[in-house]
Amino acid sequence: MIERFLPVASTYAGDIDFVFDLIFWTVGFWFLLAQGVFFWLLVRFRKRDGVRAQYVTGELKSEKRFITIPHALVLVCDVFIVFFAIRVWYDVKQHLPEAQQTVRVVAQQWAWSFVQPGPDGRLDTADDIKTVDELHVQVGTTYHFQLVSRDVVHSFSVPVFRLKQDVIPGRVITGWFEPTRTGTFDIQCAEICGIGHGYMPGRIVIETAEQHAAWMASHSNREIAAASGPAAGGR
Amino acid sequence: MATRPVEIREGHDTPGHHEEPSFFVKYLWSTDHKVIAMQYLFTGMFMALVGGFFSYVFRMQLAWPGESVPLWGLVTPAAYNMLITNHGAIMIFWVAMPVLIAAFGNYLIPLMLGCDDMVFPKLNRLSYQIFLLSVVVLFSSFFVTGGGFGGAWTMYPPLSGEAAYNNTPAGQTIFIVAVALEFVAFLLGGINFVTTAMNSRAPGMKLYDIPMVVWMIVIASIMFMASVGPLVAGAVMLIFDQTLNTAFFDPTRGGDPILWQHLFWFFGHPEVYVVLLPAVGIVAEVITVFARKKLFAYKTVLYTAIATGVLSFTVWAHHQFIAGIDPRMANIFTVTTLLISIPIAEMMFVYIATLYGGSITFSTPMLWALSFIATFLVGGVTGIFLGASGSDIYLHDTYFVLAHFHYTFYPIAIIGTFAGFTFWFPKMFGRHLNETLGKIHFWLTIIAFNGIFLPLFVTGVLGDNRRIPNHQVYPELDNPLMNGLREVATVFLVVMLLAQFVFFYNVVVSLVRGKKAEKNPWKSNTLEWTADSPPPHGNWKELPTVYRGPYEYGVPGRSEDYWPQNVPN
Ligand code: HEM
Ligand SMILES: [Cu+2]
Ligand SMILES: [Cu+2]
Repeated sequence: MIERFLPVASTYAGDIDFVFDLIFWTVGFWFLLAQGVFFWLLVRFRKRDGVRAQYVTGELKSEKRFITIPHALVLVCDVFIVFFAIRVWYDVKQHLPEAQQTVRVVAQQWAWSFVQPGPDGRLDTADDIKTVDELHVQVGTTYHFQLVSRDVVHSFSVPVFRLKQDVIPGRVITGWFEPTRTGTFDIQCAEICGIGHGYMPGRIVIETAEQHAAWMASHSNREIAAASGPAAGGR
Repeated sequence: MATRPVEIREGHDTPGHHEEPSFFVKYLWSTDHKVIAMQYLFTGMFMALVGGFFSYVFRMQLAWPGESVPLWGLVTPAAYNMLITNHGAIMIFWVAMPVLIAAFGNYLIPLMLGCDDMVFPKLNRLSYQIFLLSVVVLFSSFFVTGGGFGGAWTMYPPLSGEAAYNNTPAGQTIFIVAVALEFVAFLLGGINFVTTAMNSRAPGMKLYDIPMVVWMIVIASIMFMASVGPLVAGAVMLIFDQTLNTAFFDPTRGGDPILWQHLFWFFGHPEVYVVLLPAVGIVAEVITVFARKKLFAYKTVLYTAIATGVLSFTVWAHHQFIAGIDPRMANIFTVTTLLISIPIAEMMFVYIATLYGGSITFSTPMLWALSFIATFLVGGVTGIFLGASGSDIYLHDTYFVLAHFHYTFYPIAIIGTFAGFTFWFPKMFGRHLNETLGKIHFWLTIIAFNGIFLPLFVTGVLGDNRRIPNHQVYPELDNPLMNGLREVATVFLVVMLLAQFVFFYNVVVSLVRGKKAEKNPWKSNTLEWTADSPPPHGNWKELPTVYRGPYEYGVPGRSEDYWPQNVPN
């Protein structure tokens, strides 16, 4: 369902959409059934002259069935949902495929900056490419991202990837994504981080191999200072 | 038939026991549980207006960003954050808790158990006074330099721990002090509720004869007391971080910000059930009376509530799936979270089953109680999307979450309150509300409520994040569909708020010239309906004795279709 409104741009976005749809139809069914029964009872047992309410304690086995059977069915649905939820969770968060590229994502009040290896393919060397608020990646490549924060908690959110991960100061959180289509999309901050929280839009530019190589070439050896912001660097 | 020894207990209103107190003593310094209930009720309703006004201001900003909001002006980012933070905190701590637990708890526990007051009346008075102080402290935070705290009601450090990050040097500490005072008030109240329920029952009232709402309030109080400890400790640590330069949550000096999240949600999730249970209890009282039905499977409901209470201590980290906790831990919390859907679903099934075979009258209180079931179901099923870790990766912190929890909190705090208020109004004030106005108010409120939050599910699924003053900053969120839905939500909010004038008008007019209420206008079984309307100080001249459970409606072979708890046969 989500894919109708929002592009699918990572290998796992479709799986997350699938879990959403699965839950939607499963609980949707139960929801409509419960509401249906509920409204039917309201109509069926509305007050009518000369008709007295029945005396039902709900303590008999034969009566309790009406609770225990739906209850067991809900449990079955839960097990089903848990299975698919954990499968996707494992894929996105728990396991880490071999990286072809690594990018460091630095969050701060109130900007994103990104550090990528230059031609030598290694981070933290002189030829690193630094950008602010714009992340250039290559389609079909498995990326590791390392999330770090300079100040408070932020959250790195790329809706077209269906990816979200909080950025915690004092830790490096590593995760992965593999873009599956080209285009320019939003990077959002999804955790309140102060008065500029609503104003730190980033962009992710997903490029073909040639475009990405050209971009790399034009940015190598160009130092772009990392970011501004009043509380940069913390204390 | 009275085989049980009937002990005639004296109500404490025996002649000569009391002189006529002055206005001040009677209404402001009273230890009477009913007066304290009213104090909590009206303070809570006033705070709901404040919280509702805040939501009006920020929703106007969201629908028409950057435009001046009537009655407020331009909404700066700092003001926006302060408004949402205090809206959330006010609605939970200063509306849901005082109204559902303190007001209904204080009013109903002694009256439904058949005693003359709480066990510790002075503690009760102190509880309200500390609560009132917490309101004053909270309000004062809006006026200090830098303004009120704006780091969200969840107060995650380091943002909340360091003035340089949140720009509210005074507001941050005052906010936490206010919350801590509120906790103190509720700890005092909770002790009172539990002790009273266990010790002051009318003769003959066995544990399974206690009306469900009393059980629910008692279970909620126990849960509150069991969960709040870690958070109070955390709050003290946070205040130290802010003011004494300690580093409990400061990662640059060896602290851990995630620790706070655990302490907060260890309290925060049970808290959801702390406010849920009393509302569920109120609904049980209302639907049994207006369906003329015995509550389906009383013991199941009771044990389900206890199970929910216990389980709710094991799900907190579902708020932290993507917060940097060990990803393996998410699997455990996904399982516990989906497990807790079972007792909740069961409770809803029980209520629906109670309607079966009933003789249902659609009075105003009944409409509220039924709409609680219908709307809470929406909140319940949407929770599954968020408890399932896989889909929460995407939905976390979006408006889908926001719409989900408003579909739980709104039924709890607003619909549940109206159900209880309209139901016990004749008892509380000795007069009837106007039914026509009551129904107009009901339909306007309930339609508008759905009109506010259904669109927000959609904007959430399409990617709107929470706590953002202007979604149009993001190209993906700036399109006619989403902008339109945001405007729809805001228009319905204005309708919803305006509809409350009908309610207040109804209350005022009915208090002055409403139809006089007899003792038991709804033909109900529970003990509060055997006292005068309104009950005098001390509640009864002669305290009642109990012979049966609270839900004996439609018992075959009796001429009346109800059988009050205090009638010997
Ligand atoms: C009067 C109708 C209400 C409306 C229109 C409303 C609307 C909103 C909106 C739009 C937000 C999100 C603001 C943002 O994230 O930018 C919000 C937050 C919140 N609301 Fe409400 N709300 C209402 C009633 C309630 C009630 C009755 C409760 C609870 C009893 C409640 C509890 C909360 C909480 C806890 C938050 C989170 C605050 C935070 O993010 O720190 N609201 N509300
Ligand atoms: Cu942010
Ligand atoms: Cu929770």
